[in-house]
Amino acid sequence: MSFNNLDQLYRQVIMDHYKNPRNKGELEGNDLKINMNNPTCGDTIQLQLKVDDGKISDAKFIGEGCSISLASASMMTQSVKGLEVDQAMKLSGIFSDMMQGKEYDEEEFDLGDIEALQGVSKFPARIKCATLSWKAMEKGFKEQGEA
Amino acid sequence: MMNVQDIRKQFPILHQEVNGNPLVYLDSAATSQKPAQVIDAVERYYKEINSNVHRGVHTLGTHATDAYEGAREKVREFIHASSTEEVIFTRGTTTALNMVASSYGRANLSEGDEVVITPMEHHSNIIPWQQVVKATGATLKYIPLQPDGTIALEDVEKTVTENTKIVSVMQVSNVLGTINPIKEMAAIAHRNGAIMVVDGAQSTPHMNIDVQDLDCDFFAFSGHKMCGPTGIGVLYGKRQLLEKMDPFEFGGEMIDYVGLYDSTWKDLPWKFEGGTPIIAGAVGLGAAIDFLNEIGMDNIQQHESHLAKYAIEQLSTIEGVTIYGPEKRAGVVTFNSDEVHPHDVATVLDTEGIAVRAGHHCAQPLMKWLEVSATARASFYLYNTEEDVDTFVAGLRKAKEFFGNVF
Repeated sequence: MSFNNLDQLYRQVIMDHYKNPRNKGELEGNDLKINMNNPTCGDTIQLQLKVDDGKISDAKFIGEGCSISLASASMMTQSVKGLEVDQAMKLSGIFSDMMQGKEYDEEEFDLGDIEALQGVSKFPARIKCATLSWKAMEKGFKEQGEA
Repeated sequence: MMNVQDIRKQFPILHQEVNGNPLVYLDSAATSQKPAQVIDAVERYYKEINSNVHRGVHTLGTHATDAYEGAREKVREFIHASSTEEVIFTRGTTTALNMVASSYGRANLSEGDEVVITPMEHHSNIIPWQQVVKATGATLKYIPLQPDGTIALEDVEKTVTENTKIVSVMQVSNVLGTINPIKEMAAIAHRNGAIMVVDGAQSTPHMNIDVQDLDCDFFAFSGHKMCGPTGIGVLYGKRQLLEKMDPFEFGGEMIDYVGLYDSTWKDLPWKFEGGTPIIAGAVGLGAAIDFLNEIGMDNIQQHESHLAKYAIEQLSTIEGVTIYGPEKRAGVVTFNSDEVHPHDVATVLDTEGIAVRAGHHCAQPLMKWLEVSATARASFYLYNTEEDVDTFVAGLRKAKEFFGNVF
């Protein structure tokens, strides 16, 4: 088998996040706790966020899932930390564009490790794995906005 | 003996490459592939006789009605029902089970009554009962499973009581491949005054079914898992029970007389077939039954159980692979690899052209019982070969190698 396609999906940095997830665990004194399931496959994630003055001061997650969903959650918590809520939502939109294989804004944010997930867009069945933690964040802020 | 190579020739979809490799389709428990004679039968129906049934006097209407009712007779014979009045066409197993829970369950359950199921059930044989016990005040009880994923009859004896009104169990597990002792369970249910409902979605495509010998009261299955089209299924029910039940849907096909404030229903089985029926689907299912009968259900079952045994032998040679379910099983092999998550297994196999299922297989309570969040599953049908198993096992080795390298 040529591992080429797979290598694009499972980049080294993704495997590193999968094997050594950043920000995994409970976040004491969290302001937001959001549960999100991927009902088609059984992946679950709980995202915990701390927000001070409209800024995400800390983010952690617990959950079970495949390499892509856990690596993505690890990267996501890393990249939204320190962002204003509306900035984080904007970044989520950029990530969603990237997953759908659309043109996306590479300038506004330092995408860092997240960009390694680009290869997922070529595996349509796995896009939901990558977006699970981002959807959890969006759900949390949307519900908070409504409350 | 059946000639698998000849059978494969009759399935157009199998002769293609997926991701640059010949397709190895190991997801028949989700849906089976269709032989040319089924595809042709549906096409011929639309090209030559399409018309609404049981209405109008024109010739095509008669042809369509004959084809639809002819399919019902084929189903009756296939499952050994005593009368076509007991064969109701539905959208699939899920609809059939919902019909029993809604029409029979709501009318016959009240506070203090029990519905008994098992933790291995598909969601379609769990949620309708959860809903009906909530609505009626009855209680839902589970027969515990043995460590190997089988059901012990003494546990059935202990769980089913004189308060039990309904026992509903799958004949074959879509995850474990367990073949449940339906006939014995039905006897226990009846001794306690309960009825026996059978989810036959995973058994009907793969073995001889005799609803009279099983002595079950209701039996549900889907066409699309047995070489037929999607969107067609069957609810078998004993006539005396069906007669007492209210229709599930109202309007169209199922009416006898409609007044301004009151209406009456047709006789069985049409009383349960509201709206224009799934005519092309039934015709396709009839063609699938002809196809399966030509090969012989015993041959099919033997072939699949051989493939499952062979797959388990081969998988057992790979370190760190856990196989779930009992030794004696239908053609379903569910497994996990300790290093690689099942989604990742399925993605790597897919790049090799091998289609397996990964996830919870619509059996979340069973996943909980197995203490896993997801599993991977290879499921076999009459068109699969030992070579398919070899390709699959080699693919799994590669997945482990790939993830071994990146770790």
